[in-house]
Amino acid sequence: MHIPDGFLNTGVSVATGAVAAGVVGYGLYRAREELDERSVPLLALCAAFVFAAQMLNFPVAGGTSGHFLGGVLAAVLLGPWLGGLVLTLVLVVQCLGFADGGLTALGANVFNMAVIGAVACYYLFALGKRLLPKSRTSFLAAVGVTSWLSVMLASGACAVELAISGTSPLSVALPAMLGVHAIIGIGEAVITVLVVSVVLAVRPDLVRTYDLAGPAPVFADPEVNR
Amino acid sequence: MEARNKGIYVFILAGLLVSVALALLVSPWASSAPDGLEKVAEDKGFLEKAEETDPAWESAPIPDYAVPGLTRETVDEETGEVVEEPTKPATALAGFIGTVAIFLIAWGLALVLKKKKPEEAGTAP
Repeated sequence: MHIPDGFLNTGVSVATGAVAAGVVGYGLYRAREELDERSVPLLALCAAFVFAAQMLNFPVAGGTSGHFLGGVLAAVLLGPWLGGLVLTLVLVVQCLGFADGGLTALGANVFNMAVIGAVACYYLFALGKRLLPKSRTSFLAAVGVTSWLSVMLASGACAVELAISGTSPLSVALPAMLGVHAIIGIGEAVITVLVVSVVLAVRPDLVRTYDLAGPAPVFADPEVNR
Repeated sequence: MEARNKGIYVFILAGLLVSVALALLVSPWASSAPDGLEKVAEDKGFLEKAEETDPAWESAPIPDYAVPGLTRETVDEETGEVVEEPTKPATALAGFIGTVAIFLIAWGLALVLKKKKPEEAGTAP
């Protein structure tokens, strides 16, 4: 869903870029407080995994492929701000290093996939987690549903941007984008639930949003816990 | 807790190996069909808008996830132009470089951003 140069008009590029810059700026400010000896390597791993997994396009119906987005995975593992930064970094490297996504559309791509796909979807996930019973199964259910929604919301935002830019009317772009991404989103949900399950099985303390059972995960100064 | 904190590097290393393996070994076999947005643009007739626009950034070292030099020159049947086509080694190496590079960039960025501990901050202006 990386928008290339040429699809968006200047107004949409600037507006989405400004919002994206604001959210990323706030994310950088929050990152200062949240980064510690444990989250630094985890953030690096998360970025590397999201980049690698985004390369793995899987076929969906009708000569189309989809790939992992990773916004909800990053947000579930690291929280909204570090998660949003992971996605932003991946998008910047893809744009500048691999010519994937246009430079003039970078703001819109960060808006769709980092701001909506990671930061906003974190809050949807947190809401889902609060509404559901506290168990591992419902935690994973919330992960899965939010993952699917993240792809739908990001592709919906993309369709709105195309429509405002005059590239494709909303009545055409929105159903087409949501239709194909409803299938791609299932892949997103499966991969995210799978990866979160593996991390929960191996190192549940590294899933920052998993606070259902036992003592709270220790993110505090390691000195205290010696 | 000491062991637990050391243990995190085992987890990180294992995760990095999985990521690198995916990028190096699986990505060359990924679907090359257009993705959701590209397909919609093709079907709804606005893909030309991107094709007719010169990219705003042309200095990407590894354009389209294919390491230059490992690509294959083929003639496009429709336009008759010579185009660079990705090969499996070109994609695999691109995936490997990208995954390792982003791991290092992210780690470095996180270290720069990380707030210094109080005792360290005391010596900083």
